[in-house]
Amino acid sequence: MVAFRPNSVGKAIKRREDPRLIRGLGTYTDDVKLPGMTYAAFVRSDFPAGAIRSIDTTAAADHPGVVAVYTYADMDGQVGPSPVGAEMPGMGKADHPLLADGRVLHVGQPVAVVVAETPYAARDASSLVEVDIEPREAVVDVEAAMAPNAPKVYEELDSNICIQIPVPNPEADKLFEQADQTLSMRLLNQRVAPFPMEGRAICAHWEEGPGKLTIWTSNQAPHFVKQQVAMCLRIPEIRIRAIAPEVGGGFGAKIPTYPEDPLLCWVSRELRRPVKWSETRTENLLGMTHGRGHVEKIEVAFQNDGRVLALKGQTISELGAWRSFYGPFIALSTHTMSCGCYDIKAVAWETFAVYTNTMATEAYRGAGRPEAAYIIERVMDEVAAATGLDPVAVRRRNFVDKDAFPHTTASGAVYDSGDYEKTLDRMIELVGYDDAREAQRQARDDGRLVGIGVAAFTEVCGIGPSGGTAPHQRMGTWESATVRVEPSGNVTVYTGVSPHGQGQETAFAQMVSDAFGVGLDDVVVVHGDTDQVQHGVGTFGSRGIAVGGAALHMALTKVHAKATRIAAHHLDAPVDQIDYEDGEFTVAGTDRKLTFRQVAEMAHLWNVAVPGEEPGLEAVARFEPPGTTFPFGAHLCQVEVDPESGQIEIQRYVAVDDFGVVINPMLADGQRIGGVVQGIGQAMWEEVQYDDGGQLLSGTLMDYAVPRAKHFPRMVLDNTVTPTDVNPLGAKGIGELGTIGSTPCVVNAIVDALRPLGITNIDMPAKPERVWQAIQAAGAAQ
Amino acid sequence: MPGSVPVSITVNGSKHECAVEPRTLLVHFLREELDLTGVHIGCESTLCGACTVHLNGRAVKSCTVLAVQADGQEVTTIEGLAPDADNLHPLQVGFWEKHGLQCGYCTPGMIMAAKQLLDDNPNPTEDEIREAIDGNICRCTGYQQIVDAVQHAAEVAGAA
Repeated sequence: MVAFRPNSVGKAIKRREDPRLIRGLGTYTDDVKLPGMTYAAFVRSDFPAGAIRSIDTTAAADHPGVVAVYTYADMDGQVGPSPVGAEMPGMGKADHPLLADGRVLHVGQPVAVVVAETPYAARDASSLVEVDIEPREAVVDVEAAMAPNAPKVYEELDSNICIQIPVPNPEADKLFEQADQTLSMRLLNQRVAPFPMEGRAICAHWEEGPGKLTIWTSNQAPHFVKQQVAMCLRIPEIRIRAIAPEVGGGFGAKIPTYPEDPLLCWVSRELRRPVKWSETRTENLLGMTHGRGHVEKIEVAFQNDGRVLALKGQTISELGAWRSFYGPFIALSTHTMSCGCYDIKAVAWETFAVYTNTMATEAYRGAGRPEAAYIIERVMDEVAAATGLDPVAVRRRNFVDKDAFPHTTASGAVYDSGDYEKTLDRMIELVGYDDAREAQRQARDDGRLVGIGVAAFTEVCGIGPSGGTAPHQRMGTWESATVRVEPSGNVTVYTGVSPHGQGQETAFAQMVSDAFGVGLDDVVVVHGDTDQVQHGVGTFGSRGIAVGGAALHMALTKVHAKATRIAAHHLDAPVDQIDYEDGEFTVAGTDRKLTFRQVAEMAHLWNVAVPGEEPGLEAVARFEPPGTTFPFGAHLCQVEVDPESGQIEIQRYVAVDDFGVVINPMLADGQRIGGVVQGIGQAMWEEVQYDDGGQLLSGTLMDYAVPRAKHFPRMVLDNTVTPTDVNPLGAKGIGELGTIGSTPCVVNAIVDALRPLGITNIDMPAKPERVWQAIQAAGAAQ
Repeated sequence: MPGSVPVSITVNGSKHECAVEPRTLLVHFLREELDLTGVHIGCESTLCGACTVHLNGRAVKSCTVLAVQADGQEVTTIEGLAPDADNLHPLQVGFWEKHGLQCGYCTPGMIMAAKQLLDDNPNPTEDEIREAIDGNICRCTGYQQIVDAVQHAAEVAGAA
């Protein structure tokens, strides 16, 4: 594979996306306006479980401005079931309808949809739909849901357990018998809300003339949407165009195609009018998939010198009321990533994914890996405490050696490359670790609760090889790119990834600029439109650069090779005599040369045909990654806890990460800081709460706390570079790393602050109330 | 429209005379009537700031202002901040230079909130910037590069 000289790649180039966005000229889904537009509002279940006795839509239908009201009875047999639904052998599963089909399974489930001439009329009329529900007992707590006599979410299934996958390991049993010490912990990874600033939004437009459906949807994977909507509406996918225009954040929750997507497509086809819907924030908190929601039990066997020998773990994952696109798979990646950066000899694990009468859970920035990192990084601190060693020393003792890559972990992950000591060393140096610990000792002597937390973590990125892709997905997890050179030499890139803030319009333009010597202004990157872009997959799993960028590199290489052949013919020289540098093809040792733009013109004008070549200068490439990438990092956080109030001040945050080769360090920093803050949000404030009866308690911003600017000090970032050979760029992926590292780092810091009081764990979120109670309880115990 | 009332609102320097339902929110008036879709809706409850505009030169969250409350007043939205791409407001320059945005959804409101700060305090400290944008949520950036953007804007404006 060709390596292009990095003139632009590696530099902090400001974004190509920004000029439209800073002027308010971006087009998000709700900004789409079409003639004859109608507006939808949903009637949602107020009950977490129950049978629908009746639905009376008469008053709503009679309301001024209402065009139609639909319930399940209207669409039965024509559309659905819901396109969601990961499949695994032996799984307990049931179809999920687009609108409730006689029973409701969670609060917020769509029961009816009202369509009107204005959004206000739709909302008014939705409150006039009378839904009579016979409530039944809901099951909300995930562990209670596993009990044999628990109320069942799906009465037709044997139990609420969707999957149960035990991975026993006799070697782990043996090591537990031999170990100097063991400890066990129960760790909660609470349910959180992805909370993109733009909620879900859909505009569906059926055109009866051409028989064509266009759906604009705020989604991370429009090619999936096209396939899912086709299956759901039972119309050929060639009649569907899915567009993800500007998308205001996703974080995993916009990977799935939601029931509302095909439903509104069907409504538009019924009405032969466009229909638009944007969820309210409360609908977003009720009806956008949640993240995390794991209960974990972990046992650790270790030596007195801090060496961790074996793990025995259990993951119980709350699936919620239905199988989301990836939900059941996410539970499994916690086991896969359980070893973190450490050379642990044996792992035994059991994974459960369990239905409850709550909103479905799905990928959320990290998706299974944050849970794993949280477990092993909390474990390392408790091993340090049990052995009297420094947390950094314990981590060093257990690191996979840098010469041991590729490394297959005891849980079956194949790590591509790593040098954990190097990254940790850099972090220790940046922080001045010994001085920080000394300052902490002095603060403690003064009676202050200062804590220092460390996390040294790895995760899996660049998702990923397509093997094991569930059939419902219809696409593997390869990625595509088309490079189309115009006669002028300007370039359009069509990428299958669907960025929504990551900045690939810029990063990919940098790659094109280096390949062809054209300016950044001479490149346009098209994404998120299935009628423009060849088949592709989407943006999630930190794959935009590592997989999408790799596909672009392949396409650039193909175009470059053809341009070289055309140049050689025109320069009357053999191809192997052509040198290329910065946009110029030169016959070696001569001054005979052609610019890339001249070659582009020749390729299209074709007044001199090049034997064996087709006219034009364009290539499509698809990259199937041979493996996944494993970026890593070493983070440190310092906090101070106010013993009187339980308030936590974050005083310092330092992150040294290694994500391989970097295309644009400014964009990488943005991903990292944003990720760190999002992870700290989970550690300290965020929690989706249902009451025991299944009602959502965190349905507004008054009740769901997301991080704000004044919660944070200035963060210090640095990075090391350990390339991967999994893709031709050497890039590993950056999107989720910050979130994965910061959550355990902050909790370790909080526990470190409280450890002198005898406190050894604080469940997330470490809200002041919870911390204060722990301090009170510890005081009472002493 | 039954029960509608006339309003006269000057938006980005142009006077608009319309009839609106009394309950019409300013954000809906701006987005639906005037096509100013740079004004975004994030929470409908004053808590996220995505809909921030200026009303008579002061930042307000337009999701909890009625259009009738803006009758006879002057509104500035993100679209009114710069006449064209070559004459960006210092805050727009700052956000672009310092990577103060990712998905861009919070950005118009964030810029309008920051404008209030710089109008009042042309040389804010980092703490003052963080305090000033505390009513605006960004889920992507982690805020640090937004702080950098506002500082850059203050420098650009100061140098001008």
